[in-house]
Amino acid sequence: MSSVITRVKQKQIAQLISKGKRLDGRGITDYREIKVEQGIIERAEGSARVLLGRTEVMVGTKIETGEPFTDTPNEGVLTVNAELVPLASSTFEPGPPDENSIELARIVDRGIRESKAIDTEKLCIQPGKKVFVVFVDVYVLNHDGNLIDASALAALAALINTKMPNYEIEEGEVKIKSGYTPLPIRKHPITVTFAKINEKLVVDPWLEEEQVMEARLSMAIDDDGNICAIQKGCSGSISPNQILEASKIAKEKAEEIRKKLEW
Amino acid sequence: MPTFFERRQLVTPGDLIAEGAYIAGENTYVEDNKIYASRIGIVDYENKKVTVVALRAFYIPRVEDIVIGTVTEVGFNGWTVDINAPYQALLRASDVLSRPFKPQKDDLSQVLNVGDLIVAKIIAYDRAHDPQLTVGEPGLGKITRGQIVKITPTKIPRVIGRKGSMISTIKQETGCQIILGLNGTILITGKTSEEEELAMMAILKIDKESHTSGLTDRIAQMLKEEKKKMEENKNESKT
Amino acid sequence: MSQKPEKLIDKKGIRLDGRKPDELRSIKIEVGVLSNADGSAYIEQGKNKILAAVYGPRELHPKHLALSDRMVLRCRYHMAPFSVQERKSPAPSRREIELSKVIRESLEPAIFLEYYPRTGIDVFVEVLQADGSTRCASITAASLALADAGIPMKDLVVACSAGKVDGTIVLDLMDTEDKMGEADLPVALMPNFNAVTLLQMDGKLTLEEFENALNLAIEGCKKIYAMQKEALKAKYVSVKEEADE
Repeated sequence: MSSVITRVKQKQIAQLISKGKRLDGRGITDYREIKVEQGIIERAEGSARVLLGRTEVMVGTKIETGEPFTDTPNEGVLTVNAELVPLASSTFEPGPPDENSIELARIVDRGIRESKAIDTEKLCIQPGKKVFVVFVDVYVLNHDGNLIDASALAALAALINTKMPNYEIEEGEVKIKSGYTPLPIRKHPITVTFAKINEKLVVDPWLEEEQVMEARLSMAIDDDGNICAIQKGCSGSISPNQILEASKIAKEKAEEIRKKLEW
Repeated sequence: MPTFFERRQLVTPGDLIAEGAYIAGENTYVEDNKIYASRIGIVDYENKKVTVVALRAFYIPRVEDIVIGTVTEVGFNGWTVDINAPYQALLRASDVLSRPFKPQKDDLSQVLNVGDLIVAKIIAYDRAHDPQLTVGEPGLGKITRGQIVKITPTKIPRVIGRKGSMISTIKQETGCQIILGLNGTILITGKTSEEEELAMMAILKIDKESHTSGLTDRIAQMLKEEKKKMEENKNESKT
Repeated sequence: MSQKPEKLIDKKGIRLDGRKPDELRSIKIEVGVLSNADGSAYIEQGKNKILAAVYGPRELHPKHLALSDRMVLRCRYHMAPFSVQERKSPAPSRREIELSKVIRESLEPAIFLEYYPRTGIDVFVEVLQADGSTRCASITAASLALADAGIPMKDLVVACSAGKVDGTIVLDLMDTEDKMGEADLPVALMPNFNAVTLLQMDGKLTLEEFENALNLAIEGCKKIYAMQKEALKAKYVSVKEEADE
């Protein structure tokens, strides 16, 4: 994902950041404005739309029944997919998922899975035979930087909004009844992404900052302040001290966001 | 101003060789007033210049270099030549044909075809353009006989030896003509294939042992021993 | 298919394969094992058997992928169908695609890409047998294959994992520990510059546990780095000794 950015702009961004300032006036640990809407797609079992500055991501969840994995016969299944649809950016091309959309999906998946955000045992219908399968589809609608945090937020918001159909077991057969139960959510993992620019780490990089960053670091933090997932991205490097500093800032920012959204 | 390795010691990428007012030579780089190795090789100091003689490196074209390459494509107005470098080289038709060149009439594959070997000289090369070749000088052109051996390009100076001592020894003992392509490809032409193979053996040994000392003597000795063996075999087959 | 073992670490603090928490698995490295590739390396780490090969720098095909001011690095991490317990389909999985990306991003910082514009370097990693932390062993081998190919590098890249198993922070996770443990943290490093080029984690760690695990992984990296250098020099040292006799 690269479009050419002028050298003059590159210098401008880098110089400002070394003074602790950013082009859009934010402090280096400030997020852009976050807007979350839930329940916008009625056909989906759950949905949400997140605006992070001008980055826009929509997530829809679908519930189906299926077989559990052999090593977790009592647990439901979570599967996350992400699409960088062409209308979101001039740099996205139509076609099967490329390494960027696959990485995005897997990072979002990790945050939810490793924090055990969903109580997957409550998704079990018949142990070893039938469980609920939760499909989370991340749809990036406008790319203005930090797709990871926006997507992770939208995925969690959609899951919180998700309802599973009620069912009863009649003569060993699963029958869907009327009515719904909310998906059992236990944790609210928040992913915080940093961009390393000129030896400084800035939180929530927007598009032009991403075009000049040397490295990217994302950390998913759960409600208890534990780190559940980490992903370093891009072709640069980070020092161990910067990594540890980032973990402390990530913990603070995750708490801030959870408070703000009342999760 | 400290140095951390002695001459002829083996270094690997990232090894800190020297710190202070030194000049970074080939296969090294500078960061923060420190000189590091960027390739595996042998350390060499020349006054204030720190160099690493690389043991593993590919050929990077230089203008004026003599190279030996293979024609891989016949194009509209020239040929593409593989000179064992990251970049393909170009030989223009106008360089080869003595008369004005007519793309519709002249069939370039009649002059040089895919698979032909040539000795050429690099006349142009920069970061933005592929290297350009010429065969318009004496000693250059299509190769019709002999054997080819390929070695690591950085070892060519070792094959030449100090003041040409090594290459003279090989030529003398084997009676072969040897053309050294600076891209690591060498052409050996002898009267018999045994002589050519002897020269090849010597060159491959140099490639393998280039970082050791006393090589010139060992090569001379090896050539004498092998020649004796060859003589003995010939005499045996006669009886 | 596999039963969860009762404990991953016993009362004496010994792991399932007899190691102490801060112990690396046995490692064997050989450089220059393939005759066709421009550079290659083979690594065995515990039961991991991984082959890495480099082709290049060479012209990129298709040509429009080339960059006018630098080399392009491409990386393919792939597991053989017989490398794991249950046969794996040869088609690239989403995991392999992600790992190909993060491995490429762990090697790029170490290469002087701007030296040879308009060319490409291909790194191929084949996992012949897998037993946990394969991306780390892959990076260790791939970095040697690059040096073996004569690609100019800032430093070698070395990788090692740390994690948490039965509440204890451990070094160099094998497959069972990765699957059944509480956290897995692969780290890649350019040791001379203390620069981390790959960092991932899944599981659950407090900030303090994370710091301990990160430091342990970095220590492991430095130990393996010494082995990398020895393996790289080994070809030439034995020749030197023969010749000096």
